[in-house]
Amino acid sequence: MKRHLWFALKSVAVLACLLAVWQIAVVELAIPKYILPGPWIVAQAVIERFPELASSLLLTTEAAALGLAGSVVVGVAVALVFAQWRGLRQLLFPYTILLQTVPIVAIAPLVIMWAGTGVYPVALIAFIICLAPIIANTTQGLISVDENLIHLFLMHNATRMQVLFKLRLPNAMPNLFVGIRISAGIAVVGAIVGELFAGSSRVGQGGLGYAITYASAQLETDYLFALVVAATVLGFAFFFTGAFLEWYFLHNWHESSRSDIPE
Amino acid sequence: MVTSDAKTAVAEVAVDGVSKQFRNGALALRNISMRVDKGEFISLLGPSGCGKSTLLRLVSGLTHPTSGAVKVNGMTPAGARALMSFIFQDATLLPWRTVEQNVGLGLELEHAARSVRREKVAKMLELVGLTHVATRFPRQLSGGMKMRVSIARALVSRPRILLLDEPFAALDEMSRDRLNEELLRLYREEQWTVLFVTHSVAEAVFLSTRIVVLAPHPGRIAHVVPVELPWPRTAELRLTPAFEHEVSRISRLLRGVQAEALAADGGTA
Repeated sequence: MKRHLWFALKSVAVLACLLAVWQIAVVELAIPKYILPGPWIVAQAVIERFPELASSLLLTTEAAALGLAGSVVVGVAVALVFAQWRGLRQLLFPYTILLQTVPIVAIAPLVIMWAGTGVYPVALIAFIICLAPIIANTTQGLISVDENLIHLFLMHNATRMQVLFKLRLPNAMPNLFVGIRISAGIAVVGAIVGELFAGSSRVGQGGLGYAITYASAQLETDYLFALVVAATVLGFAFFFTGAFLEWYFLHNWHESSRSDIPE
Repeated sequence: MVTSDAKTAVAEVAVDGVSKQFRNGALALRNISMRVDKGEFISLLGPSGCGKSTLLRLVSGLTHPTSGAVKVNGMTPAGARALMSFIFQDATLLPWRTVEQNVGLGLELEHAARSVRREKVAKMLELVGLTHVATRFPRQLSGGMKMRVSIARALVSRPRILLLDEPFAALDEMSRDRLNEELLRLYREEQWTVLFVTHSVAEAVFLSTRIVVLAPHPGRIAHVVPVELPWPRTAELRLTPAFEHEVSRISRLLRGVQAEALAADGGTA
């Protein structure tokens, strides 16, 4: 416990130093506030425009969470199908890699064009970007089962479904969580990219992506920074929620989730 | 252990002219015939590549012979699975299940009622001395304890035939000896028929009623040797001259088989 506290203190100290250097540099070099506002001004922007910021943050959170949740449900379902039919897997698996390599910025305008604006099309973009890591990792976990364990199940005349749900699926849980950790980070990116194109259904109301476009057009650099801070915090929150869930479900039995805070 | 009328009854395990060729063309076993009667404890002993594990898997029905037939209690191996339990070289426990959940796996797969399951598992844990770790996960156990869980899991469905594939190979000698003694105690109580794959002569001598020595490339039966040691066998038996004598007798046979294999390899290479 004491070591954790010490680690937290050191982290905070590093952050404080960075902020101090930033503040001093801005003041000493007399950088105009529309080019680079100091942390103090950014903090003021956060406080002054908090309701606006919070509603943007909430919208983006909703879209990213929907997209991520959808990708977990669909991704696991696809992986289960892939695990059952080898031929289908070999035929279709390369396309999941295609899904991963298509630049999301390029397809976001298309999705918006087809699906319109609002939270669901944005969630759809987050979903698309999240899907491939979930499918790839979960499939890997489902098919890489110790052969002796399969034999053990066969010795008990286990059905295909018993092998799938009592052996393959639990075996794939650590892999699924690796996928979730990867996707949690990019879900937020996907949602923000979506919002860049989706704009807003009502003037002045939109997610972080929309607010970023708006603030940049207005040259509200201080608010732009506030939005960057909000987006970063959101990304962290997603990542740590994923990491917490992983710990919660796996810490009893799996090695990876027992690691301490890195030294 | 072999009673006179057992010979006339249906063999527990009958292997009849079995050959096994792998998909890569390698001949693992050639023309194996053996008969195992109820209550026998047979060790399959031999150098690596002699197909002893393959033979065990043929009996279990996990693989099928290329030619010849295997019968278990008059049935096909796959049809007789309910009579058999298989113990693997590694403990092969499910890491996400506790000890008791692991032991109850087979009953669960066979849809036994929860209350029946709980009662049987508790009794089995007691029998192998694992009650105090019932709610632990495998990662919290030593290698010997894990193997014990694996044995408990195999025994909980009360098999008639036990198939063991080098179950104690990865353990230190002390744990191995102790588990051997426990296995024998349970064998005496439960009256199983046992097929036991090992490459330890001492282990085979200590446990078996008969030892089948296999020769490699291709796998075939070289010797079938009854073990001439009295029952019941306890830890002290290992210290007797009679035991030493049996071990050296079997060792010599095994060494002969190995020398032959080496000579054959040298000849063809």
